[in-house]
Amino acid sequence: MNDSPLLALFGYFALLSLFAVGGANAAIPEMHRISVEVMHWMTDRQFADSFAIAQVSPGPNIIIVTLIGYHVAGFAGAAVATAAMCGPTCILAFLVTRTWDRFKEARWRIAIQSGLVPVSLGLIGASAFVLARTADHNAIAAIITAVTALVAYATRINPLWIFAVGGLIGLTGWL
Amino acid sequence: MSDSTGSSPVAIPASTRPSLSELFRAFVVVSISGFGGALPWARRMIVEQKHWMTADEFNEAFALSQFLPGPNVVNFSVVFGSRFAGASGAAVALAGLMGPPLIIVMVLAILYARFGDIETLSRILAGITAAATGLLIAVVAKMAAPLFRKRWDWMPLIAIAAFIGVAIMQWPLPYIFAGLAPVSVALAWMKR
Repeated sequence: MNDSPLLALFGYFALLSLFAVGGANAAIPEMHRISVEVMHWMTDRQFADSFAIAQVSPGPNIIIVTLIGYHVAGFAGAAVATAAMCGPTCILAFLVTRTWDRFKEARWRIAIQSGLVPVSLGLIGASAFVLARTADHNAIAAIITAVTALVAYATRINPLWIFAVGGLIGLTGWL
Repeated sequence: MSDSTGSSPVAIPASTRPSLSELFRAFVVVSISGFGGALPWARRMIVEQKHWMTADEFNEAFALSQFLPGPNVVNFSVVFGSRFAGASGAAVALAGLMGPPLIIVMVLAILYARFGDIETLSRILAGITAAATGLLIAVVAKMAAPLFRKRWDWMPLIAIAAFIGVAIMQWPLPYIFAGLAPVSVALAWMKR
């Protein structure tokens, strides 16, 4: 690795972001391959810990790239990796939306738009299912999930309260 | 990127159109609440609390974000922000979504580098994740409601097929996009 690590960070993550259809979780395996196996930026354990930290912190899970960047090249690395992961796709999203909204009444746009909704919904449902399978490995966790789902669906209580209860139960080590 | 071409963001009654600072604050709240995924919080804020979009509009904007490459919620902030206030709206929403988590995650990383103990954190996280999963299930149910409420047509079938493909069969995502999206769009085209 003779090149500047910042350049490598930018190149890999910008490229990865453009192929990451389906969001952060779909891109994790490829990030692992690059960071641990190809570039040897970090060990397996460090990658797993970064993943955990990204999960613990609020906000988009994609923030794991910030941690990888920080690990490789400090604050500059964090900034470069984050910009690479978000910049190109955000510009693309912006251009597409503008074009998209210009054809608001076009029949093809209406067809694409309403055609994408059910596919998207199925995918979100699938991520909930996959998440439930990994998170609910015992009865207490499954109960927390079920209660949260019911409360969030049927009431307007701020879910942060339920998160706090869930976190406390987790702290006791029952999960 | 100048915003010259009229940039008529979709016609929306002025009363429900957020100002730039409202947009920024809304996405800050979404991002710092968003443990285990920001989607439920974005929907809660935009559809249920601020009424900036209807349930159907939200579904469509989110579906578009999901089909663009890159992180879904990040795309969504850009799609949403630019629809209401052009380039500056997109920038403001994105900054609101990414700013606070970036600071928090860096602090956590520094703490981790110093103390290296994330056992306690991950125990707490296990509880939060279980709750976040429930929250995601609830939001899926809410987003599905307008789809299933219409008289029985092909839409629920497509959604169920996508769900089975990813969750049960565990086929790669791009294949499912490539297989289902054209069928679904074609059905939508013919329907009108």
